[in-house]
Amino acid sequence: MIHYVLLIFMAVVALGLARQRNLFAVVILFGIYSFTAALLYVVMDAVDVAFTEAAVGAGISTVLMVATLALTSTEEKPATWRVCPLLVVTLTGAVLIYGTLDMPRYGDPSAPIHQHVAPHYIEKSAAEVGPPNIVTSVLASYRGYDTLGEVIVIFTAAAGVLVLLGRYRPKKRRVPSRKDQAVARKTTTRKAAARKASSP
Amino acid sequence: MEALGLFNYWVVVFLMMTGFYVVIAQGNLMKKIVGLNIFQVAVFVFYISMAKVKGGTAPILADGIEVYSNPLPHVLILTAIVVGVATTALGLALVVRIRKAYGTIEEDEIQSLEDDS
Repeated sequence: MIHYVLLIFMAVVALGLARQRNLFAVVILFGIYSFTAALLYVVMDAVDVAFTEAAVGAGISTVLMVATLALTSTEEKPATWRVCPLLVVTLTGAVLIYGTLDMPRYGDPSAPIHQHVAPHYIEKSAAEVGPPNIVTSVLASYRGYDTLGEVIVIFTAAAGVLVLLGRYRPKKRRVPSRKDQAVARKTTTRKAAARKASSP
Repeated sequence: MEALGLFNYWVVVFLMMTGFYVVIAQGNLMKKIVGLNIFQVAVFVFYISMAKVKGGTAPILADGIEVYSNPLPHVLILTAIVVGVATTALGLALVVRIRKAYGTIEEDEIQSLEDDS
């Protein structure tokens, strides 16, 4: 039953996120939202997904967003209330809800999704691949090409980020010349002398 | 209990629509990226809800356990989470560059700057 509580909590956090104008608060609320999702995955037996969501989704995403805020601004300007998007969203939502009415109920073991390849993975993966964790077997062996594609996507994204930000590093600090170093040394010795004089 | 069997999907639809609304109605680019992420996590919850089998456990083989949840959606979503963070990073990099070029991340201000020039 705990998943009802977590789902309602997620909905409340999402609503708060949509209304919040301070971007720092928005990012932190997103972190909460993501961690709640991770909890929900644990409740729904997807432990591997929960790890990844907590580490990558909630962790790295939030860090990246906070870093972006440091480079941009943290205050959003006040919103103007618009009816048209709300109408579009409500309509789309209504159609999607209508679509869910035909779906198998939550946890139903006779749902079509459980009849296709999943029984094969559960029964044969120990003999065919080896590791006791079926998710690992499927990820690395049965659907290895998916993982390869994932690596390509990450590589492309990393290349894109480097192209976008790489040339715009902040200016390098001037390397201190010998004269500067001499001045610095003199001040430190003077400071040390002052400290010695002040101490009894 | 029968009607509550669809509760997960209804909340998922609500979350998706909240994210969708943030993306189409709010002009701040940073907020839009967060909205996109809300939508994305809602889709993840949808998949994981479908994978759950009543009375099942996490799909890790152990003695004495007969019913496992479906591992396939878990694998798909595992991939999707990592890809999602990669695309988020790319979007955030674009936001930083837009801010450098225009001095603002509000959509309408960028539009008016474009119209003036």
